[in-house]
Amino acid sequence: MDLSFLVVQFLSGLASASSLFIISSGLTIVFGVTRIVNFAHGSLYMLGAYFAATLIPRLLDLSYGAPSFWAGVILSALAVGVLGVVMEVLLLRRIYRAPELFQLLATFGVVLVVQDVVLQAFGPQDILGPRAPGLRAPVEIMGRRFPSYELVLIAAGPVVLGLLWLLLHKTRFGVLVRAATQDREMVGALGVNQALLFTGTLFLGAFLAGLGGALQIPKAPATARMDLDIIAETFVVTVIGGMGSIPGAFLASLLIGQLQAFGILIFPKITLVLVFLLMALVLVVRPYGLLGRPEAPAGAHAAAFGTPLRPWSSTEKGIALVVLAALLALPLLGDVYLIKVATEILIFGLFAFSLHFLIGTGGLVSFGHAAYFGLGAYGAALALKHFGVPMELALPLAPIAAALGATLFGFFIVRLSGIYLAMLTLAAAQILYAVAFQWVEVTGGDNGLVGVWPAPWASTRLVYYYFTLAFAAAAVLGLRHVIYAPFGYTLRAARDSELRADAVGIDVRRHRWLAFILAGAVAGLAGGLYVFLKGSIDPSALSIPVSVDALTMLLLGGLQTVMGPLVGAAVLHSLKDQIMPLTELWRMMLGLSIIAMVLLFPKGLVGAFEAARERFAGGGR
Amino acid sequence: MTERPILEVEGLAAFYGQAQVLFDVALVLRRGEVTALMGRNGAGKTTTLKAIMGLVSARARKLEFAGHSIAGLTSFRIARRGLGFVPEDRRIFTDLTVFENLEVGRRPAPGGAEPWTPERLFAIFPNLAEMRGRRASEMSGGEQQMLTIARTLMGNPKAVLLDEPSEGLAPVIVELMARAVNAMKAQGVAVLLCEQNLAFASGVSDRAYIVDRGHIRHEGSIAALSADEALRDAYLSV
Ligand SMILES: Nc1ncnc2c1ncn2[C@@H]1O[C@H](COP(=O)(O)OP(=O)(O)O)[C@@H](O)[C@H]1O
Ligand SMILES: [Mg+2]
Repeated sequence: MDLSFLVVQFLSGLASASSLFIISSGLTIVFGVTRIVNFAHGSLYMLGAYFAATLIPRLLDLSYGAPSFWAGVILSALAVGVLGVVMEVLLLRRIYRAPELFQLLATFGVVLVVQDVVLQAFGPQDILGPRAPGLRAPVEIMGRRFPSYELVLIAAGPVVLGLLWLLLHKTRFGVLVRAATQDREMVGALGVNQALLFTGTLFLGAFLAGLGGALQIPKAPATARMDLDIIAETFVVTVIGGMGSIPGAFLASLLIGQLQAFGILIFPKITLVLVFLLMALVLVVRPYGLLGRPEAPAGAHAAAFGTPLRPWSSTEKGIALVVLAALLALPLLGDVYLIKVATEILIFGLFAFSLHFLIGTGGLVSFGHAAYFGLGAYGAALALKHFGVPMELALPLAPIAAALGATLFGFFIVRLSGIYLAMLTLAAAQILYAVAFQWVEVTGGDNGLVGVWPAPWASTRLVYYYFTLAFAAAAVLGLRHVIYAPFGYTLRAARDSELRADAVGIDVRRHRWLAFILAGAVAGLAGGLYVFLKGSIDPSALSIPVSVDALTMLLLGGLQTVMGPLVGAAVLHSLKDQIMPLTELWRMMLGLSIIAMVLLFPKGLVGAFEAARERFAGGGR
Repeated sequence: MTERPILEVEGLAAFYGQAQVLFDVALVLRRGEVTALMGRNGAGKTTTLKAIMGLVSARARKLEFAGHSIAGLTSFRIARRGLGFVPEDRRIFTDLTVFENLEVGRRPAPGGAEPWTPERLFAIFPNLAEMRGRRASEMSGGEQQMLTIARTLMGNPKAVLLDEPSEGLAPVIVELMARAVNAMKAQGVAVLLCEQNLAFASGVSDRAYIVDRGHIRHEGSIAALSADEALRDAYLSV
């Protein structure tokens, strides 16, 4: 390995750092002012890439040359900026005061909508963009060829940083943005129209996302997967740099760019693992990122999701018994297909229930709960496939594998709160997703593992249904027991006021860690049950959409009752089962439904319920 | 015939969540006048200002500023009508320079009035002039208090809600605050001044209200209040 190789590697690290910074700066500016983590930022990036890949060739046809190319880049970014404004006016403006979970869900709804729109508008094929005129030939650096376009990218990052600095320090808009990043209520009390300020901020943030996407085009094609691929990386950059800090995003991008450029030499396939290690390291030393500042503890937000403090009333006990009886009797009525669907619903209900415990009781809003579902599934499948362990032993390994994963990730995750925590959980899930995807020899990569069947005695649909029901019921009852045991009360006390719980000597972190492990184990059990039902497992079980599905189930089912997650799982699963075969646009439908739910119940279903009760009691104002 | 007051409040109730902390508060602020709102810690002074400013959930029978209702308006619209707010916790933008803090507060002056400029404000608060390019995080508490007042004045308000400007400050700085209040009054800016410090309030105010546990308990001239020992013992001294 000679010096010239290292230099070239370093330069390509700088180029990817530039791209990453341009995108992340947009996310961090928008977060700073609006306090919303815009999940759809990756979608805006993807739109920038598609716009550029279709627009620039036309401009080049009209007049071939560098000006057409760069005009195309800027126009694409501007168009995305306008879409950012549309998004702000139609959606974000309505949810600034909603709990952050709902904000994330609503912007994830936009992700789903954009995915289908892109598919309809641009087709399923990847679109190769043109190369930049004048920058097609590689340059020679120390005897090695290096793409000249990458040199432009290397410059673009610092140029954008400089322009942003000028904008934020030398214009009134910029000064207001910085002031609002610190205290938006005070900015309002001084007579500044926040709505306009926020709209402008969204334009800027979306413009930067679009610019990042458009600049990417000569390097890589526009594809329908680039939204979620980039968003996890962008989250990592903003978390490492400190949410809302532009210099922090720059620093973090540089670090990650180099880590990826050189990490590839050490761990050719799983550089994301290195990135995660870096993030974990930074967060342990500086919980708010390199240049971030502490957030106020977010007690009330999680509490909007809270489980009520009372045990089951006798009516609820009655309902639970009726439901259980119905579940037991269900096979008498249904055919094989219905039994299969019911088994799936039970499994997802259990998965959603474990998340409900984590959020409602633990106050930890996880956006990557699929990680533990997938770990359980892969744990059981790997034991069976690689070590020939029978189902009876492989299934218990599922919760154990998930609990081990949750122990590892949870160690870092419980050090954070609020939005940092949500983003770290998401990043953790993306890491596992990448490992499952890329470690082909062990996990089977994209194809996953097949032929994971239950033991012969459990292999009929009917037996497996009862088998699942037994485990699900036992796990739900067990978790309920925990919720109303002293451990659960302590967790809720910490959820409602971390400071107060700390003050009375509760080790909040340890309690939350245990809760995280427990929730992970139950999710892992659901994953283990799932893999033996399906007979196979692939990386999509760990993906962001699966995590979001679980959150959507909670949103659908209502948050106050134990039955909520099961009801939500039943509703969502049946909807998908019914709608997916009928329309190509099911993602758009799902996305729009999520958005509608969040808009109709911006304070959560509990909040809506309480508002209604207040109105009835005549206390409305 | 006397002019209508610049600010009229009647039947004001305010809430934090379910808890009601103001009950049927009524007060008026006359044009160009300094009126003190006195009361112990937790009496409801800050909440009164925030309720007027649209910063806490509140309802009122009457909430009029400069002849128009401001009930239910967002705080930025209320500020644009010409009502300035100086919070007791100052809420300086510490990442911004002194000059930038003033820039955030800047709004055009209503027709005719001579606008406040950084230079005029620096004449009242000489300390700020020396630090104009520095980050506000480097300022002392007294300097931050000056900056928060100057920032609000940059909006050229007709009236200012001023929350405990003397709290926790050294006597020389308190002296400066008194000068600032007098300068506002000289400019024709009405001031609703929340205070616990009777010595300070009586030096600058014309009239006074006393608030206790969310109720207005007394209204009168500041001189009468200073003279009335029973009243002071009941509602002011600790
Ligand atoms: N954010 C808040 N949430 C709940 N109660 C509050 C809050 N702020 C103030 N209070 C309560 O409202 C009452 C009035 O407070 P405040 O207006 O700040 O009094 P003052 O400014 O006169 O010291 C007090 O009892 C206080 O405890
Ligand atoms: Mg106060």
